[in-house]
Amino acid sequence: MSGPSSYNPQNPALKWIERRLPLGGLIHSSFIAYPTPRNLNYWWTFGAILSMMLAVQIITGVILAMHYTPHVDLAFKSVEGIVRDVNYGWLLRYLHSNGASMFFIAVYVHMLRGLYYGSYKEPREVLWILGVIIYLLMMATGFMGYVLPWGQMSFWGATVITNLFSAIPYVGDSIVTLLWGGYAVGNPTLNRFFSLHYLLPFVIAGVVVLHVWALHVAGQNNPAGVEPKTEKDTVPFTPYATIKDAFGMACFLLFFAWFVFYIPNYLGDPDNYVQANPAVTPAHIVPEWYYLPFYAILRSIPSKLGGVIAMFGAIIVLAFLPWLDSAKTRSSKYRPLAKQFFWIFVAVCLGLGYLGAQPPEGIYVIAGRILTVCYFAYFLIVLPLLSRIETARPLPNSIADDVLAKSGSRKAPMVSTMIAVAVGGSLLLGGMNNAKAENSHGTTPPSLSWSFAGPFGKFDQGQLQRGLKIYKEVCSACHALSLVAFRNLADPGGPGYTPAQAAAFAAEYKIKDGPNDAGDMFERPGRPADYFPSPFPNEQAARAANGGAAPPDLSLMAKARGYERGFPQFIFDAFMQFQEKGPNYIDALLQGYEEKAPAGFALPEGSYYNRIFPGHAIKMPKPLSDGQVTFDDGSPATVQQYAKDVAAFLMWTAEPHLEARKRLGLQVMIFLIIFCGLLYFTKRKVWAAAH
Amino acid sequence: MTSTTSAEPTRRDFLYVATGAAAAVGAAAVAWPLISQMNPDASTIAAGAPIEVDLTPIAEGQDIKVFWRGKPIYIMNRTKKQVEEARSVNMSNLPDPQTDQARVKEGHDQWLVVIGICTHLGCIPIAHEGSYGGFFCPCHGSVYDTSGRIRQGPAPLNLAVPPYAFVSDTKIKIG
Repeated sequence: MSGPSSYNPQNPALKWIERRLPLGGLIHSSFIAYPTPRNLNYWWTFGAILSMMLAVQIITGVILAMHYTPHVDLAFKSVEGIVRDVNYGWLLRYLHSNGASMFFIAVYVHMLRGLYYGSYKEPREVLWILGVIIYLLMMATGFMGYVLPWGQMSFWGATVITNLFSAIPYVGDSIVTLLWGGYAVGNPTLNRFFSLHYLLPFVIAGVVVLHVWALHVAGQNNPAGVEPKTEKDTVPFTPYATIKDAFGMACFLLFFAWFVFYIPNYLGDPDNYVQANPAVTPAHIVPEWYYLPFYAILRSIPSKLGGVIAMFGAIIVLAFLPWLDSAKTRSSKYRPLAKQFFWIFVAVCLGLGYLGAQPPEGIYVIAGRILTVCYFAYFLIVLPLLSRIETARPLPNSIADDVLAKSGSRKAPMVSTMIAVAVGGSLLLGGMNNAKAENSHGTTPPSLSWSFAGPFGKFDQGQLQRGLKIYKEVCSACHALSLVAFRNLADPGGPGYTPAQAAAFAAEYKIKDGPNDAGDMFERPGRPADYFPSPFPNEQAARAANGGAAPPDLSLMAKARGYERGFPQFIFDAFMQFQEKGPNYIDALLQGYEEKAPAGFALPEGSYYNRIFPGHAIKMPKPLSDGQVTFDDGSPATVQQYAKDVAAFLMWTAEPHLEARKRLGLQVMIFLIIFCGLLYFTKRKVWAAAH
Repeated sequence: MTSTTSAEPTRRDFLYVATGAAAAVGAAAVAWPLISQMNPDASTIAAGAPIEVDLTPIAEGQDIKVFWRGKPIYIMNRTKKQVEEARSVNMSNLPDPQTDQARVKEGHDQWLVVIGICTHLGCIPIAHEGSYGGFFCPCHGSVYDTSGRIRQGPAPLNLAVPPYAFVSDTKIKIG
């Protein structure tokens, strides 16, 4: 970008345009002829991966906005409408929700790479600060996006985060009211969050252009941390960096696809499949994993204002990094002490992430304070001090020398990184999971084997049909299934009824309709397009009929329930595609009435002991007993059979496109593996000319 | 780029072409769901199911408008005079020749059921207006007769007849 362009179009039309708008020259000098240090490692491909993720988020987001309704009464349902009814809506939603996590994974790698190799140092300070601004914008965008589905975590996350501003002296409360547009988080809040969530990605894209511009003025940093001196030190961006980035992006897509197609709800919280309820707070309000370290810092400070200042300070301090670390040597590769402190810092961040997911009590509070001090000490004490006392190892004369001298030393950091990241990451994820732990009574539902588990999982049609029968004859006396339509019974991947059978099933129901010409409501037989009716006209009636506790809607029950999986198990779950927490829980709950309450357990009046249920006192009486429902297919009429069948049925109602997701996932995985292989060999061929 | 072009295709060329082709296939596959999502979703399709309309409240000479699949449908109980007018037209005077008999159900000659959308550019014509006593589209001046056939103005075709059937003498099912 600096210097005159070597772009020389031959085509007269391109020439004509180039004289008037030198866009071709800009693209040519930025992405084709642009000299790239030849020693860049794969940590540098995360810049390209981030551009890709921004594009993925904008494209899927624009499409989701075509189907989403930003209204407190409709938002939750519209998101479910996207997942259930829109063509490929489930794919688009999972791409977007998991894409946010992928975006943050990539940005953290990108930031840590910058930190390790000193990419913030002269002359790249502005480039770095623009990066910090992008990161802040990403955090704001991610947070507001998380609010949009209007689940329990969305609502309470919004409440907690906006309340941060109430810490500001004198004007805090007024600012919070201003942010809400009301007396509490409500419809105006949701509306403005939607507007801003749509706007900010384009602001990010704008700052990214500045970021890339600044990058191309200063030139890329590289693992050796020495500037390119001669032609031999660089290679043209295309094809060398282009193909290497393409390979990096394809590998990242493979990782992304694993989450989207096989564990799409792994990183989410089950509570967000419960519609927002301003009257009930979830037991633990935990932010998405990518905010956990900052959340830990917030909670470590025993002062409201202090915590807020510390949390924002933890991000703002990054902007001052170029001046806090004044060491002449850029790359930590040649700074033995800085290298060690860098890895300690990474461990501190992961530790903070782990603590952010723990309940704020006991040892966790103390550990949080220690790590918070460590976090700030790294920036404010260690780096300034190191830059004065540390003796760096000799730098290579040039990038070309660095490439020629590459030896075993390159492997070691890679391996240690992997180990550190694996250990730290597992701590963080384990912590996330522990946050929902429930320690007393030591109850974890047993993991059952389900036909729909695993990469080739399919629903057992007979089981779904039995489950539907149990729902109709037992559960539907109290519980609604308001997101499921009768037509869904004939959908592919469901219980396997024909459209005529579904219509006949619908006709057995009486549906309230109206008003008619006379202004009256009336009842008519159900049609396939109708939804399963609720047994109660409204929530108040449901409460009145059930001793004050409203029976929840069962449509999303299998996704809205989860339990602690424990630290190592939780890691294996990602590889084993474990996604059956909900059905396991439902099955165990339905069978959990058999046991007697342990001695000393005070069972509240009107409750039943059930060790699986949180608090172990459930208002719902034992719903199932042997012989209650008879099956046509000769399956045993036992509670055990009923519980499993109805849990499988509820899994289908919660995720009707599960089979389609796994089938498409397999195709995508096969394609991506082949594509990654092709790109790898192409990359080798292309780079063969450079070495 | 290094320019080692040879007349014979090499293994390297094959690799490059295969990689490019895989990228193209991937891009096309990604485009599919992004475009497909714009089609009507399952709930919209389900809501487009047939509707039943009771004809008893419609007196002779009156009409009602019902909605099916988001389209207004005129159901007109025509007078004897209107039916006669519609049937006495010389076919050669019609831009889109069609007999009145072909536009109604046999034995239910007085009932005209048409999609009330002007075939010009989609406005809603007003019933019982225009020089033929049928429909008049205020947007661009198309005039339809009592059989909903285009007589004057820019519209090229008669008002469309939706799929419908008489369930009983006083009830029709549209769709």
